[in-house]
Amino acid sequence: MYDFGYTKPSSLADAVAALAGDDEAKALAGGQTLIPVLKQRLNKPTKVVDLSKLGLSGITVTGDSVTIGAMTNHATVAASADVKRAIPALAALAGGIGDIQVRNRGTIGGSLANNDPSACYPSAVLALGATITTNKRSISADDYFQGMFTTALDAGEVITSVSFPVPAKAAYIKFKNPASRYAMVGVFVANGPKGVRVAVTGAGQGGVFRHTAAEAALSKSWSPASLDGVSIPADGMNSDIHASAPYRAHLVGVVTKRAVTAAG
Amino acid sequence: MNAPFEGIGASVRRKEDLRFISGRGNYTDDINRPNQTYAVFRRSDRPHANIVSIDTSAAKSAPGVVAVYTAEDLAAIGGLPCGWQIHSKDGSPMAEPKHPVLAEGKVRHVGDPIAVVIAETKQQARDAAELIEIDLKDLPATATVTDALKSGAAQIHDNAPGNVCYDWHIGDKEATEAAFAKAAKIVKLDLENNRLVPNAMEPRVAIGDYDRHTSDYTLFTTSQNPHVIRLLMGAFVLGLPEHKLRVVAPDVGGGFGSKIYHYAEEATVTWAAGKLGRPVKWTADRTESFMSDAHGRDHVSTAEMALDAQGNFLALRVNTLANMGAYLSTFAPAVPTYLYATLLAGTYRTPVIYAEVKAVFTNTVPVDAYRGAGRPEATFLLERLVDTICHDTGFDPVAIRLQNFIPKDAFPYQTPVALQYDSGDYFTTMEVAMKNADYAGFPARKAAAAAKGKLRGIGISTYLEACGIAPSAVVGSLGARAGLYEVANIRVHPTGSVSVFTGTHSHGQGHETTLAQLVTSQLGVPFSQVEIVHGDTNRIPFGMGTYGSRSLAVGGTAMVKAMDKIIAKGKKIAAHLLEASVDDIEFADGSFKVAGTDRAKSLSEIALTAYVPHNYPITEIEPGLDETAFYDPANFTFPGGCHVCEVEIDPETGVTSIVNFTAVDDVGRVINPMIVEGQVQGGVAQGIGQALLEHAVYDSNAQLLSGSFMDYTMPRADNLTNISVATENTLCTHNPLGVKGCGEVGAIGSPPAVMNAVISALKDYGVRHMNMPASPEKIWGIINAGRKAAE
Repeated sequence: MYDFGYTKPSSLADAVAALAGDDEAKALAGGQTLIPVLKQRLNKPTKVVDLSKLGLSGITVTGDSVTIGAMTNHATVAASADVKRAIPALAALAGGIGDIQVRNRGTIGGSLANNDPSACYPSAVLALGATITTNKRSISADDYFQGMFTTALDAGEVITSVSFPVPAKAAYIKFKNPASRYAMVGVFVANGPKGVRVAVTGAGQGGVFRHTAAEAALSKSWSPASLDGVSIPADGMNSDIHASAPYRAHLVGVVTKRAVTAAG
Repeated sequence: MNAPFEGIGASVRRKEDLRFISGRGNYTDDINRPNQTYAVFRRSDRPHANIVSIDTSAAKSAPGVVAVYTAEDLAAIGGLPCGWQIHSKDGSPMAEPKHPVLAEGKVRHVGDPIAVVIAETKQQARDAAELIEIDLKDLPATATVTDALKSGAAQIHDNAPGNVCYDWHIGDKEATEAAFAKAAKIVKLDLENNRLVPNAMEPRVAIGDYDRHTSDYTLFTTSQNPHVIRLLMGAFVLGLPEHKLRVVAPDVGGGFGSKIYHYAEEATVTWAAGKLGRPVKWTADRTESFMSDAHGRDHVSTAEMALDAQGNFLALRVNTLANMGAYLSTFAPAVPTYLYATLLAGTYRTPVIYAEVKAVFTNTVPVDAYRGAGRPEATFLLERLVDTICHDTGFDPVAIRLQNFIPKDAFPYQTPVALQYDSGDYFTTMEVAMKNADYAGFPARKAAAAAKGKLRGIGISTYLEACGIAPSAVVGSLGARAGLYEVANIRVHPTGSVSVFTGTHSHGQGHETTLAQLVTSQLGVPFSQVEIVHGDTNRIPFGMGTYGSRSLAVGGTAMVKAMDKIIAKGKKIAAHLLEASVDDIEFADGSFKVAGTDRAKSLSEIALTAYVPHNYPITEIEPGLDETAFYDPANFTFPGGCHVCEVEIDPETGVTSIVNFTAVDDVGRVINPMIVEGQVQGGVAQGIGQALLEHAVYDSNAQLLSGSFMDYTMPRADNLTNISVATENTLCTHNPLGVKGCGEVGAIGSPPAVMNAVISALKDYGVRHMNMPASPEKIWGIINAGRKAAE
């Protein structure tokens, strides 16, 4: 990596101040993307602002929502009895990210701020209609994701927590890239207070997106069979050495159906 | 209490594992020398380009930089030598373009080293390497053999017209054509053997060191054969005599062939250490490994079998294009010729065979031997061809193999492609494999899978491989520039413990255990009293290293020969002490005994006498008990066997799961069954990797797309299943241990078994053949097309 400054503020205000006015400063959450990128010299920040001492971890579950602090790591979400009870699909998703090392370092806030097109969490946030809270506002999931590695966050804006409405039914199924084990096609289906929503990660050129045709079919009847005949065009799908756009489009159909089956 | 049996045949736990699993190994990167500097290479990011200019001035003045070198600075040293010379059909020697240590005038593949920066820290070297300004003028590039052979393709080397390295053949062309002319049926198959990246767990590392007072050089390197590196680098690159160059290969974390070869980085750090008078260390990062470690496989072939009406193989005709990459790596020319085409008889009594092999330069990383080296390619071709014959003709895959196997009583068996097999029994390995795999129960399992919506398939492969390389006179006549004997020095210490200095090298195989078991069996010395020393040219007399499953068959036999000398000398000492005739002394279980009496001397008593020769036949023999043997094998060894694979395919996604894998191998005498099982399982895992997952993909501009683990799919635990391993051994007839070798069999036998299973599972979708890897997308494509065709 290149040399960079490093600061570990102990208040959100200090963190925001450290990031303010410096486009080349980088916030460090769990570092599961940023650190490898730095090691490969693909990024040269002026300074790294470590968010680990801001008190942003923790999980609060009420009757109708699950709120997860931005710095809560995936292993904590996966192991949380409260999350498992309220939104088991979310706990299962967290437990399937990366490997045990990644899950013990990687955070929900980091994943969402980065918005990797193959990350798992964006699909849950979008399908459940979660709300992302930052140091200055609340952003609805539908407004938040704006294309791969692009979000509604302003420069220097820090996610503090994410709040998920508890759905009646939900499931996440991931078809992994055989090499990287990231989502090649990941589908989160939810039937909850925000309606029937289906979010697809890994497949689209623009990052996570809603599968509206599947949503329409499932709104009529929540069953795998209702997805028969529902397809998604290959245009706009990613294509790489592991999967062409038509194959990804096909997998979106298969995985969506399996997710509905899993959701029951 | 009796000591546990720790000789030949015991599953002794690996003594090296304690240090490996507790983080106490001593790998090259663990070594640091006083006043050490760090080297970072600046490599080409272009596949083929002329070097217009290189400006190192900014790099040279960067903080901490000790030196920056380019090819100009290395003008006085030689290129990296090739260890094998093949002659083309017309008798002309292969094109052997120079492989410069640093690129001269031109870069020829992504990863080709252009310059090296040596600095006080690795970070400083990296920073400075980025400051080197290199002006490259792109040339058209080719990654595949078919593209490189097209007329008008870019010329990669001036002295390799048409990018051809050699155009070689073996076998009887006329007899083969005559057999084809009268065949009842000819089955033809086009197939590719996918290119692989070896990916040893430990990346390559090299440290050059120089003592200005003695003018001695030392190279610490991740090598499978330190003496070979000393020879190649000392004699051909740097011009250093052996006594001034020490090469140490300490613990090495896997090689699979990729650490046989002499690499540019080794020569650079050694040369630079002398130039600077300071140690120079280079450690590859994984990205660098992908673009600089020799790759494996990459063949494009056409195979044709002529058959009579009863399904007897009459003749085999093969045409293969082999990718050499941008330069010739150390062993590269031998792989598609003498390690491949000579294996094309396989387990079958095909009476005539003719094979043509064209080796081709491309703008890719050099290709060389990778676990199995040529033999997996031959086996894949043959075993896919046999199943394709069944597909086309309706013959049964089991019956046609049994019908064409070399009969049990035909050994020694002379093949039509040079090799003479000494022993084998392909009937028994297949019979046992089918039994262990419950082949007969497959239809029921297929039906049960179908009920769950899964496509189940079963595939068989039988294989024959030649290893234990190799008789020096034979390989010399085939173009090898070195001999392939092995060396062992057995030192019985005064109190009876033993050090073995072996020219083989262990980089995961467990030699410190297996070779010690040989000593325990032959000399009766307790296992705990035996030390195996390897990997240091200053400690070991000489050696050719470890590859081609040769360590036991050749290195182990050298040990046996040296121990024979120890016993012969011990008998003379014992005869003196026991006042008996030498002819009356018998040696067994560590004891020299006068035949028919209870008068005996232990080996340790003999050893002590040899080193404290107060009462000693000093006029007849020298003191000491320390013997060396060089052993040159009489022939290759010929392991063989049968692998059975069962897969389930999810027709919705195209994902293949290996549900059963059964290997029954003939590896000759087994020294340590646990280690053999591990070697076979590891080889099978790599073979499954080749069949289903691994592929080094270049785009049409010769950029490596699968250049990291994000895109290159290594097999992981969840891609595998429990691998059932058994052996049904026939003994090698020409070495005293009867051993054949087990290091490569898993990687040789398994890929066609997996592919035959996949194709069997897809039988209803009209597939005749598919190339590896059988990725989910490829399979889904077949299923999708098959469905559409059916609709």
